[in-house]
Amino acid sequence: MSETLTMDAIQQWLHRFASEITTQADWLTELDSAIGDADHGTNMVRGTGAVVAKLNARATGTLQELLKAVGMTLVSSVGGASGSLYGTFFLEMGRNSPSGVQLNASELEKALRAGVDGVVARGHAAVGDKTMIDALEPAITTLSHSLADGRQLHDSITAAAAAATTGRDSTEPLVARKGRASYLGERSAGHIDPGAASSAILVAALAASVGEGTAG
Amino acid sequence: MNKLINSPQTLLADALRGVAAGHRELSVDFENRIVFSTAPREGRVALVSGGGSGHEPLHSGFVGAGMLDAACAGEIFTSPTPDQILAAATRVDTGSGVLFVVKNYTGDLLNFEMAAELTQEQGIEVATVIVADDVAVEDSTWTAGRRGVGTTLIVEKVAGAAAERGWSLEKVHGLAERTAHAGRSMGAALTSCTVPAVGRSSFDLPEGDMELGVGIHGEPGRKRVPVMSAAELSHALVESITADYDFGGKPVIALLTGLGGSPLIELYAMFAEVSDRLNERNINVVRSLVGNYVTSLDMAGCSLTLVAADDEILDLWDAPVNTPALRWKD
Repeated sequence: MSETLTMDAIQQWLHRFASEITTQADWLTELDSAIGDADHGTNMVRGTGAVVAKLNARATGTLQELLKAVGMTLVSSVGGASGSLYGTFFLEMGRNSPSGVQLNASELEKALRAGVDGVVARGHAAVGDKTMIDALEPAITTLSHSLADGRQLHDSITAAAAAATTGRDSTEPLVARKGRASYLGERSAGHIDPGAASSAILVAALAASVGEGTAG
Repeated sequence: MNKLINSPQTLLADALRGVAAGHRELSVDFENRIVFSTAPREGRVALVSGGGSGHEPLHSGFVGAGMLDAACAGEIFTSPTPDQILAAATRVDTGSGVLFVVKNYTGDLLNFEMAAELTQEQGIEVATVIVADDVAVEDSTWTAGRRGVGTTLIVEKVAGAAAERGWSLEKVHGLAERTAHAGRSMGAALTSCTVPAVGRSSFDLPEGDMELGVGIHGEPGRKRVPVMSAAELSHALVESITADYDFGGKPVIALLTGLGGSPLIELYAMFAEVSDRLNERNINVVRSLVGNYVTSLDMAGCSLTLVAADDEILDLWDAPVNTPALRWKD
């Protein structure tokens, strides 16, 4: 059975990401105040809010256009490393999406993989550096394995979200090697990375949206 | 949190209105949050810098004749965005190219890197100098590298003077790199700072303790120690810097910047001690600046920067400059 992710589901994903970021903004900022500069929640709320405004204002185009607009909006409204990294994620997803208005499971996998690879290329981070990648990389790997095993898209994305959460939690004991937290050296250990936390929210929001927008 | 603000959300916009009102010689693009110099730049290299807000007077206070052509203001402690930087670069380029002066923080690097790609796509020549002078951070492939602090001001000053003299982009860039590599800084904080949107201190620092090796974004330092006297702290700062760089017999430009919350009388008391420590080591300070130049909102404390100069750098340092925060004639 081929499952398809519609534009509606993608828009749902972005709306859900924005509302979850808003709900968890104080926590993200708290995480960032421990090892960063206490603005991750604020910046992500501003950026995802701008994305929602953009979604509400624009006429529906193709998936590529939508993802590019989301990426550019995040780049220009979040600021900091997060803006350019989240922006790159969506820009690369857009560049590697099919033309048209829907994605099947393998196309979604390919687009997400390109997004994660874009973040790696821009930020030069690897798993274990205590960054977004610690949540995103296990998520996309889990998604790929699960789809290869013949599981349904919804189940696979749900497993990916669980992997992102585990990945997020795995950052707690790590010593940061990238970004502002790395200035703290050993003192960065003992705290969850805020970028990994918002990335886990991103994947969880996708999982919650896939069930609704898939068509058999 | 008692602050002289209308609201955290409008603080940056309000401050830019204040810059425009207080400095009629500058031009402010409120939409893109850029402060522009109105000094003539026809036929010469243009200098663009920028970074998160909260470090004032860096960078907008250094816009004007003999220094920056444009400063892009990000949100507090958040780098400006590529579209902002692109808008600045396209407006100030006269065909001779643009130098980006960037402090070494992940956010600034990524955004200036994206901006450089976009600017070059417009056919504008771009070179970037990255300032990474903070010896408190271990410089290794396992970290984001050293933070950019006080040396940034000195790079902006001398590169601005070189651009004013009509040097090519390649030569201005070379000078900027040479100056950036010859600078080292080390800071200490007596308090944390309060990001207005957060409303409370970025970290807890009990009375009687201080943080050694802080940056300029309210992050804790490398080490927490009992508060030192000015004499003791001057030892710690000078020792960290001189252990990292051999100033030999070179003439040195010294900058002691407050971090925003320390009164000038304390900064001068600190500089007296610093000056003694440097004399003891036969380090020859030939130019100095003491004041609040590279700050971290309301953080109490200071950061010391030493730059090994040469005749050319000193000559450019002494060249006239006319900006809100740095102003002198020949």
